[in-house]
This record gives sequence, C-alpha cells and structure tokens, in this order.
Amino acid sequence: MDLLRFITCGSVDDGKSTLIGRLLYDSDSVSLDVLAALENRPTVHGTVDLALLTDGLRAEREQGITIDVAYKYFTTPRRKFIITDAPGHVQYTRNMVTGASTADLAIVLVDARQGVVEQTRRHSLIASLVGIRHFVLAVNKMDLVGNDQAVFDQIVADYAAVADQLKLPQVTAIPISALLGDNIVTRSKNLSWYTGPSLLEHLESVPAFEEAAIGEPRFQVQFVIRPQTDDYPDYRGYAGRIQSGEYRRGERVHILPSGQESVIEAIEVNQQEVDSAAAPQAVVLRLADDVDISRGDSIVPVGSQIHVAKELEATICWMDERPLWPGRKLLVQHHSAVVKAVVSAITYKVNVRTFGRAATESAQLNDIVGIRLKTAAPLVVDSYQQNRATGAFILVDELSGDTLAAGMVEAMQNSFVPEPLGFTI
Amino acid sequence: MSTPHFDYLDRLEAEAIHILREVAGQFERPALLFSGGKDSIVLTRLAEKAFRPGRFPFPLVHVDTGHNFPEVLQFRDALAAELGEKLIVRSVEDTIKRQRLREPGGKFPSRNPLQTYTLLETIEEFQFDACIGGARRDEEKARAKERIFSVRDEFGQWDPKRQRPELWNVYNGRIQRGENVRVFPISNWTELDVWRYIQRENIALPSIYFGHPRTCVVLPSGQLLGLNEHLRLDETDEIVERQVRFRTVGDSTCTAAVESDAATIDDIIQDLLSAKVSERGATRLDDNISEAGMEDRKRNGYF
Repeated sequence: MDLLRFITCGSVDDGKSTLIGRLLYDSDSVSLDVLAALENRPTVHGTVDLALLTDGLRAEREQGITIDVAYKYFTTPRRKFIITDAPGHVQYTRNMVTGASTADLAIVLVDARQGVVEQTRRHSLIASLVGIRHFVLAVNKMDLVGNDQAVFDQIVADYAAVADQLKLPQVTAIPISALLGDNIVTRSKNLSWYTGPSLLEHLESVPAFEEAAIGEPRFQVQFVIRPQTDDYPDYRGYAGRIQSGEYRRGERVHILPSGQESVIEAIEVNQQEVDSAAAPQAVVLRLADDVDISRGDSIVPVGSQIHVAKELEATICWMDERPLWPGRKLLVQHHSAVVKAVVSAITYKVNVRTFGRAATESAQLNDIVGIRLKTAAPLVVDSYQQNRATGAFILVDELSGDTLAAGMVEAMQNSFVPEPLGFTI
Repeated sequence: MSTPHFDYLDRLEAEAIHILREVAGQFERPALLFSGGKDSIVLTRLAEKAFRPGRFPFPLVHVDTGHNFPEVLQFRDALAAELGEKLIVRSVEDTIKRQRLREPGGKFPSRNPLQTYTLLETIEEFQFDACIGGARRDEEKARAKERIFSVRDEFGQWDPKRQRPELWNVYNGRIQRGENVRVFPISNWTELDVWRYIQRENIALPSIYFGHPRTCVVLPSGQLLGLNEHLRLDETDEIVERQVRFRTVGDSTCTAAVESDAATIDDIIQDLLSAKVSERGATRLDDNISEAGMEDRKRNGYF
C-alpha cells in the first residue's frame, strides 16, 4: 500500500476543517469515543460539528478557527493518507507553508458563494512555489447555491486563469458540500450533472510520490558511525538518507564541497549490504578510501550536475515578526549543513494578488521575496525546480534559534559543477 | 530505470531513522525516553537501524511512576541488556519525597501528572538537550498539532502558538541554554502502523499486550482496570476474572485493559481493525478530565 500526503488550503470559513472531518467520518475513520466527545458539545445547527475533529487546541475551539497545522491519518483499502490541515488566516500563512512543504497534493477549497478570492490565489501560489504537482479545486458549499452547475463552471473558469499564471501542472475540479457529504466519499445525486470522480476516488487514484526515486542521485551525511570496537576497529560508515535517485555499489563518487573522489565500497540498509538503494531509504555508505567527511557533506556520483556555491539567489517566505532588511546575518540550514550567511539584497517582492514582482526594501511577516544570499562556506545545491530536496533550505536566527524563513534555491552565482579528477585507480 | 517500490511502512521507517540521525547530529546530550511500551520498543528497533554497528548515541531513560506493570519493567531491563545500551531509571517516588509533592488522591491515584516533575528533574540532572519520545499524532487532538522537533522552554513548557515552522524534512534543533527539544520520530505513525511494523519486524513485546487472564475491577464506565495494590477500592466494587490485554502500558492505576483473546500479533491486528474505540479512549482514564486535558498537561511539561 502506498502513501499520499495532501494539504487542504483556502480562505477562512471555506470549510477546510469540515471537509477533513467529513473525509474521516465518511471513511469510517473516527473512533466512537472521539465522536461521542463531539456529540456532547452544543452545536448551532443541531448536527455534529465535524470541524472539531481537527481543531485540537483550546484557542482554536474558542475562536472557531484553525491556528496551527494539524496532521490527521486515514486509510482506505487502496491507500494510506496523511492529511495536513493548514490554517486559512493570512496571519498564519507561515503555518500553511509548513504544511505545504511536505505535501504531494493540494486541495484548494473555494466557497461557491464567494468564488476565487485573494486567499485562494495566495495559497495556490504558495502550494505551487513549494512544488506541489497535483491540485484539486474543491468548490464547496454547492448546496448553498442550489447545486447550480453554472456557478461551478464560472469558478472553474476563474481558477483556470490562476492555474495558467502559476503554470500548475494538473488541476481537477470537483463540486462538493463538505457539510452534507456531497461528492466527498461517494458521488452525490444532488450534483447529478457532475460526472467526474468523488474527492476520495480522486485521492485514491492520483499518482503518489513518483519524483524522488527517479531524480539524480543525491545523498547528504547526517552522522558518521564509528564503533571503534574489537569487532569493528576500522569501520567508518556515513549514515544518511538518499534524498533522490539511486545509489549503486562500486560507483565513483565526489565528496562535496571538498571535491575529493572515492568509490562506494558498500551500501548498508539495516546492517545488510545491498547492491543498490534509492530515495527515500535511510542507508549507510562506506567508501573505499579514507577520506575526510563529516556531517553536512554530500556524496554524489562523479558527473553529477550539482552545484557548489557560496552565492545563491532564492525565493523565501519570511516567517518572523521582525522584518528582514538587506545586510542581515543569519544561518542557513540546508538539511544537515549549517553555515553562516548574509542576505546581501532583497531583489523583489511577489504580489500575491497579481503574482507580479515589485521592488521592495524589506520583507515583512508572510512576504514572499527574492533574495541574494552569500554564505561563509560553500553549499552543495540544486535549484528547487530541479530537486525539491537539495534546493530547499531554512533561515535560522543565530541567537534565538528561531526559524525565520523557508527558502528555495532559484539560481547559483559563481558556482562550479565538480569535474572528475581525471585519474583512475 | 524502474522505480523501486516502497510501501508506506518503508517510508515511515525511513522518515523515523532520518529524524533519529538528526538528533544524533544536532544535539550534545540527547536521551531516548523508554518505558518498555510498544512505541518506545519500536523506537529502539529504529535506533538499531539508524546507528548499528555503532552504539546508540544516547542512553535509554525511564521515568518510573512506581505504578508500572511488573511484566513491563522486566521486559525493559531485559531489552536494555540485550541491546547493550545504557538504561537510566529515575523514580517518581524519589521526586515525591524530595519535592514533598502530594500523592494523588481518589480511588485511582494516577501518578501520570507527577511524572512531569521527575522528567524535568532528570533533564536537569543530566543536562539533556533533546528527549526522544514515542508519542504519535493520532493519539490525541493536541498531539496532532505538535511538531516533530518540539522546542520546550527551561520549565519544559510547550507553547502551541509559538511553534517553529517545520519545513520539508529540515529539522531545526537550535536552542538556547536551558531549553530542550522533544523529538517524536514516529509522529506520523498510527496505532495500526506500529502494530504492522511490529509484525513485519517480528519485534518481541511484554506479555501483557497479549490476551491473558487477569483479576480486574469493573469501573462505572464498564472499563476494566487490572487489580493492583495502589487502587483504593470500596467494598461495593465489582471484582471479576477476565481474559484481557492492554493496548497501552502506562500507569497501572489509570490504564484500562480491553477484553481480548488475542494470542498473536496477527490476532491483535485483527482486533484493532474491528475496534471502534481509539487507543486512549479505550484505556486512559485521565485524558477525559477536560476537553483540553492533554494540551494543558503538555503546556506544563508533560511529554
């Protein structure tokens, strides 16, 4: 059985939490005790408030809004799902980015009465920025517009313009009512003019997680295993996770950023030697030569088109209350590699209404901006477009440790692609 | 090139091993909180996969409430010995004496809230900067909100409104002195995933997870609590002999048993597939005190 991670996004009160509650409820994934707790609560409509299945914090229940990401799980005979329920409020956009960063698919909810609004555009932008490939336009509350096909068609047409601007790879539109359960798990007679799949049928059939394993091989060292025991006096294994692609025993590799070369002597998975391993497996690599390698270094096949760079151009979502100004010193955490850096320029700010770019002097909370970054030591990166794993980084405040921004590499300046040393063993 | 196929358990396993190695790489003095229950036993298997043939880069730490099931404590010691890893045990009993805490009252005097004091004392004693735990987001609605790397202040407090954004699988464990990070490598696993993994990996468990005869007290809710010396019973309490097993092995004064004949892991999985009540709903007496019971305890430093 495979796994699909998806996020729900859209504006406040579009019904994201209700939709998730409905998916869980109609797929028989809610335990009786949890349901009983809900049924004990007074409700406005006299029905169970399914949104309360996900709004787990006291403040969320008090205010009736989602503040932080909640993760929910359900399984059908065909697939296991991890749902990320992200907040819709503008002020919690950073939490939406958190949720989107691990998702394979985004359900963009639109209230049939409101149509495409600013948050629809903002969330579609963020979901597309972080590289989500599959989009579902879920037109909700169809019951409140008389299940009128013309309303649905108009919203689909409006959203097509958004999808076109953002070059979204795949959009499937489904008319639904989360409150009534129309077209969520089963197709609804109330919307008989719609002939496509129900939301769950679509979620079960969309291809999951196909990219990572077939990309270029990428691996970063997390931890060096050196037992130094009688049984393993000279053992030195580089533990990490294959970020993309496949590794094979006997392959010549570059250790970056140093540029040394060696050969993969063994690949171990759970202490068993294997001929090859692929993303997302956690493995231990052993090399033929005694080379200097530490946490944060990358091991990639010789000939890889990966860049070693100290100057990057990146798109970031700024997540701190204090604005970002050029000249700010901070830390870049690129998976296991952490280096000091300075933001040398803020090159543009994305207008979330028009998706256009405008000049800016600073980045405020939740702004999406382009920056130039100079790092104190070289990073081994791909563009985010090329590789969702090795093109991603976070910015961290050196003193407080707070995560300040999500970053995606756009381009590298003065970088080099490592060349083979040109000798054979 | 054909795409190798990994099923969801492979993916969850790889994610958890990655998280454990990040802890080893980022922290000076981590610890793995180990109760002898199924989730922490799964964590030790994942740690073997992450760090063998080396030693674990952290000790196993157990906060013993004094209300534990003896079968679980025996299993805990045997597993630590078999793994050859260091086990640190600190007891709630000692904390109660030292800090002059009041023992909980009532018929079912759970020491769960007091565990927090011992845990915080232990963190201070050993200067742990990261504590790995087996908590899962499917257990409870406040847990569903927690990050995999969850920063706690020097009082162990969780502030759900001030959580760090957690992006991709880039885990930020940078903290200031006195703070610590609670790390949950199996956040994304469900109870059923844990059992399927135990089945796949053929992992040994304490005997009380399997159906066995036990003398139980029948609670007003109909739940069954294994009879033990810590309970303060009334003459009118109904005592019965039943075939039961435990879905979770916390404090024996607040962890109910479920009726079951399940003798094997396959049987348990069949049980779970037809179960209509959640793990905590079926077994924990202390989560239902108020709607935000778990959130409030976590804010105070509970794991």
